[in-house]
Amino acid sequence: MKDGMTFSRRAFLFGSAAVAGGVAFGPAVFAQDMAPPLPQGAAPPAATINPWVVIGPERITVVTPHADVGQGVASVQAALIAEELDIDLDQPDVSFGPPDPAYANTGLAGEFVPFEAYDLSPEAEAARKQAADWIASQGMQMTGGSSTVPDSYDKLRLAGAVARETVKAAAAKRSGMAVADLTTEAGQVVLPDGTRIPYTELAAEAAAIPPVENVALRDPSEWRILGKPMQRVDVEAKATGAMKFGLDLTLDGMVYAALRVNPYKGAGLNGYDAAEALAMPGVSSVVEVTNGIAVIASNSWYAMRAAEAVKCDWAQGDYPPDQSEHWAVMEASFADEHREKIWRDEGDVDTALAGDGVIEAEYRAPYLAHQPLEPLSALVLVTDEGAEIWVGHQIPNAVQGMVAQITGHPVEKVVFHNLYSGGSFGHRLEFENIRPAAEVANKMRGTPVKLIFSREEDFLQDFPRQLSMARLRGVAREGTIEAAEFLISSTPVMASQMGRLGMPVEGPDAQTPMGVRPMSYGIPNLRVSTYAATGLSPVSSWRSVGASTGGFFSESFIDELIHAAGLDPLQARIDMCKIDYHRKVIEAAGEMCGWQGPLGDGKGRGVAFVESFGVPVCEVVEVTATENGIRLDNVWVAADVGPVLDPVNFQNLVQGGVVWALGHAMNCELTYAGGQVQQTNYQAHEGMRIHQCPAIEVRGLANGPKIRGIGEPPVPPAAPALANAIFAATGQRIREMPFNRFIDFV
Amino acid sequence: MIELSVNGETRQVDVEPDMPLLWVLRDELGITGPKYGCGVAQCGACTVHVDGMAVRACQARIGDLAGAEVLTIEGLGAGTLHAVQQAWIDHQVPQCGYCQTGQIMQAAALLDMNPAPTDEDINKTMAGNLCRCGTYVRIREAIHAAAAKMAEN
Ligand code: FES
Ligand code: FES
Repeated sequence: MKDGMTFSRRAFLFGSAAVAGGVAFGPAVFAQDMAPPLPQGAAPPAATINPWVVIGPERITVVTPHADVGQGVASVQAALIAEELDIDLDQPDVSFGPPDPAYANTGLAGEFVPFEAYDLSPEAEAARKQAADWIASQGMQMTGGSSTVPDSYDKLRLAGAVARETVKAAAAKRSGMAVADLTTEAGQVVLPDGTRIPYTELAAEAAAIPPVENVALRDPSEWRILGKPMQRVDVEAKATGAMKFGLDLTLDGMVYAALRVNPYKGAGLNGYDAAEALAMPGVSSVVEVTNGIAVIASNSWYAMRAAEAVKCDWAQGDYPPDQSEHWAVMEASFADEHREKIWRDEGDVDTALAGDGVIEAEYRAPYLAHQPLEPLSALVLVTDEGAEIWVGHQIPNAVQGMVAQITGHPVEKVVFHNLYSGGSFGHRLEFENIRPAAEVANKMRGTPVKLIFSREEDFLQDFPRQLSMARLRGVAREGTIEAAEFLISSTPVMASQMGRLGMPVEGPDAQTPMGVRPMSYGIPNLRVSTYAATGLSPVSSWRSVGASTGGFFSESFIDELIHAAGLDPLQARIDMCKIDYHRKVIEAAGEMCGWQGPLGDGKGRGVAFVESFGVPVCEVVEVTATENGIRLDNVWVAADVGPVLDPVNFQNLVQGGVVWALGHAMNCELTYAGGQVQQTNYQAHEGMRIHQCPAIEVRGLANGPKIRGIGEPPVPPAAPALANAIFAATGQRIREMPFNRFIDFV
Repeated sequence: MIELSVNGETRQVDVEPDMPLLWVLRDELGITGPKYGCGVAQCGACTVHVDGMAVRACQARIGDLAGAEVLTIEGLGAGTLHAVQQAWIDHQVPQCGYCQTGQIMQAAALLDMNPAPTDEDINKTMAGNLCRCGTYVRIREAIHAAAAKMAEN
């Protein structure tokens, strides 16, 4: 990491610009042919400044372009800026900013290259650099892949530092003092005699001077805010009810629209009869949208009730109607013609597996829904001049582009307002709400339309997690695992999701091998191959994506092999682990729980270790087999993200990730019948409730080479750790999610 | 026309008697602290107090509520922060926050009935309030903290 290093603002194309009585600092977008490096002596080109910091005559605003879907990234982005800007975290206004290519998320680069996160070879680093440049050139402003912190860590601190130094330079100019004699604190420049000048008072003068070129970022030992418990900027509004989510917004003259879209995803509407709906109270009209209809009414409830009363004749879709056929396609996909890639082939797997004593197992993971607690919605106003949309979304410019395409306005006439979202888990990377909302509002120009999804409609339209299956073979002899072969097949997530975005991806699916391929155990004969089960349900990214299923397969089967070898599950993992900072995470989890081998008395502990998104995470789950079923008692988690910027939120996100993973592994699946999912509300897919929630203890380590994000990595190890704990407590090996099909939980 | 009291104010609404209280509060009266999560008593996001009892607003017909006293999160602290809200802030319970207004209303009702709940009591009473972000560990901690604070006063 580069703490304490000096950056040139040009490294990030920083600029400043005058704005209404103040100054803005941020990434500059230059016209293509004027891109730096500039010829010697040339005047700097005019650039648009897309601010991260705006110092106005009254207020300081920090812009946090990564979408906050509950993971707290508005706060951490604000804290990165505030740390270097020398303001307090409760001082600035926090704004999500407009969609802009300047906010491209180059932190995603690691997910785009076929190298393990721990591979820091020159080729791997060069590929990452190339991917980052491509992302920047595409202006891909996407929140996801646990990448907000890696993307923002240098950029936002530098933005804060450049702004601070420039304001100091303005103060130096005004006071006639040397910059070196000035200090800053809580949004003020402090002169040697103790006089304090608020930044806001210096804003206009700061706009008149060039931004300071070379600034040094502070060493973490000097941090005031980062790394210390801080109060999230949104927490008070969320405890008082003042926070306005998308579903809470209103505009004058607004109507409510409730949706019915073909639940056979992607298929059309043959016809419909809305007579009954139109006669219901509060209903004003019924409007056609792509593959369905929307009912317009004066209240959400009138709209939803009437939408249910519309009789729709749905067309047949093109994936198999019933779940058993999905599994049949999945089973048949383990064939050479469906193989995407052999990712690892070490030693001589075929010879090692040719002898006796081969252990074979088959593992399965179902489709799952995202279903954040705030259902999808979107508020849109279209006029002849332009369009405006208010919605929490993780890909702002794609929303803007889609609305423009539907309304026929130029993109720059579409104003997008991002919002705090009531959860996502991958759901708000999709567009099931954007398209119909824009279509309805476009047909009702001049009238603001709030499109709302009933929970049932949200379940029906949700693009699920991949369906996945593994065929595994291995050989274990007394005291050692000699060979393991992992054949994994999934409905390819990236092809499905990026295809809907109009950015089709070629080649083997990058997510199918996750949770398996990065395995850092030294197994002399090891093969990892992936297959594609195509023609099934469209699927999407679900918190931790491929690793959520792959991690279950790999760490459960490794546990089987460890037991077959007569080894201790924790110690064997420590002994096999080839990467130091990975091993330290496993050791830490063992130390946290006071690992001592089998517990007896109906108690069992399971351990699992998975690296995803560059973050090694080890979890130990402790259960008790009671008369009424398995009770989850404790979970211990050790994770290495590098420096933890917001320790309270870090702990909260890890706990939440564990609850997310365990709840779904225990209790949830989505199954298709007649082309539509059979689970349409929480009673059929509830995740975890509080009475099943164990105590969860969390430790962050900082031995890894790069700073990382924590949103997703706690998810993959939880399911296998639980399955392994159930085995330890009962002797029952569960190889398929959800576990409650095989064992009861308290 | 139905008349009821919401956060101490008399309000009149002219809607179908079948309309759930939730949609009266949100879309007719502009009180958006109570959230829509499921509409079928599965999530608790819509929890408010009706005549002092925690109720799922998505299940309460407005036609049955003439003269009722409804308290939402907006009125809970009566202008200041209720001990439960303060504990929620101190323990930084919310992630997305969407469930939390319902959680807080349910927790406040729990503490009204049972000023010193055990984990077991909390699990039982709060089991109807889903948190998809998984903040349950902190919800337990915050309820214990609020209980301790209220016992001091
Ligand atoms: S919306 Fe009332 S319980 Fe879910
Ligand atoms: S904080 Fe997101 S649902 Fe509870």
